Amino acid sequence: MYDLIIIGAGPAGITASVYAARKMMNALVVTRDIGGQAAWSGDIENYTGYQFITGPELAVKFEEHMRKYPIPVKENEVVRDLKKEGDVISVITDKSRYEAMTVIIASGKRTKKLNISGEEEFINHGLTYCATCDAPIFSGKDVVVVGGGNSALDAALQLTKIAKHIYLVNIHNSLGGEAIMKEKIENNDKVTIFNNSSILEIFGDKFVKGVKVKHQDKEEVLAVGGVFVEIGLVPNSEFAAGVEKNQSGEIKVNSCNETNIPGVFAAGDVTDLPEKQIIIAAGEGSKACLEAFRYLSGHKF
Amino acid sequence: MKSVLIYSTPTCPWCIRVKQFLKESNVPFTDFDVSSNSEKAEEMTRKSGQMGVPVLDIEGTIIVGFDKDKIKQTLGI
Repeated sequence: MYDLIIIGAGPAGITASVYAARKMMNALVVTRDIGGQAAWSGDIENYTGYQFITGPELAVKFEEHMRKYPIPVKENEVVRDLKKEGDVISVITDKSRYEAMTVIIASGKRTKKLNISGEEEFINHGLTYCATCDAPIFSGKDVVVVGGGNSALDAALQLTKIAKHIYLVNIHNSLGGEAIMKEKIENNDKVTIFNNSSILEIFGDKFVKGVKVKHQDKEEVLAVGGVFVEIGLVPNSEFAAGVEKNQSGEIKVNSCNETNIPGVFAAGDVTDLPEKQIIIAAGEGSKACLEAFRYLSGHKF
Repeated sequence: MKSVLIYSTPTCPWCIRVKQFLKESNVPFTDFDVSSNSEKAEEMTRKSGQMGVPVLDIEGTIIVGFDKDKIKQTLGI
């Protein structure tokens, strides 16, 4: 029986674990991976203390900080179910079952799929959801980036240093995201922006050969060797069946990171907090842990 | 000890993690950076039939991604 189980090891979960260790809590971290979305980010220039750091580097720093303390980390485990009976909360994973008096859900978000023809078939065969990982393999090729928000702009910017030409296919009538990134993209000759456009189909043989794009009201074929899908995220909250969520599936929390279930807290991108930032997720993780500690101190189990 | 080849990019977090894991397990390996070596990038695609990194070649057994359990099993560690 643990005092606390932290689900997820992104910025929120890792920060929660550091606080738990410093509070001498008997805690456990259960996670699919380490670093979460931060590990997939490109250049980070808005995490205080680092004027410039890459996502993978920041994730390594986070992990080192977590591993400095003796809190056990169960990696490569996916949580399937969470339930509370009496005062005890059970966390059931694809490998085991754990029990605790408190839980922090910090399972983050995952990339959204296009749900179009050719998508499943060409994953890792020219189609990728991780520009940070796979972009270098597309050196000298024409590629398409799907999306118009920060992550799409980030992917397109990374690709300007690698690919031959980048088509940015955005469903809205103008690009979203940070003004500074937008300006860099709009002024780069290697990028062609298609606003009001969507991808209809991905085709190829063994690897991607091109995409069919609906551009305003015309259909057009772009011959590309790579497709980078960056159309947003969905919360990893399906396992938390009894926990209250908003329409997008984000877990509802109050300012103390409490969910509707006493003892179950949530932090970071999986919650309905309006802003999703690494620094916010980290701060929320620390808050959630302090609240879990307060909850344990206030109850006699 | 079996010979281990890794095809990776410098920016991919799973590549960093797989190399970290092998170092911690005292398993020597040869690393090819496919972002700067197009010949090795093609070799990786040919061997694994796909374009995602990392790819491990453990004496003919091809492992795509950081599949810790499969790596352990293949190496017998």
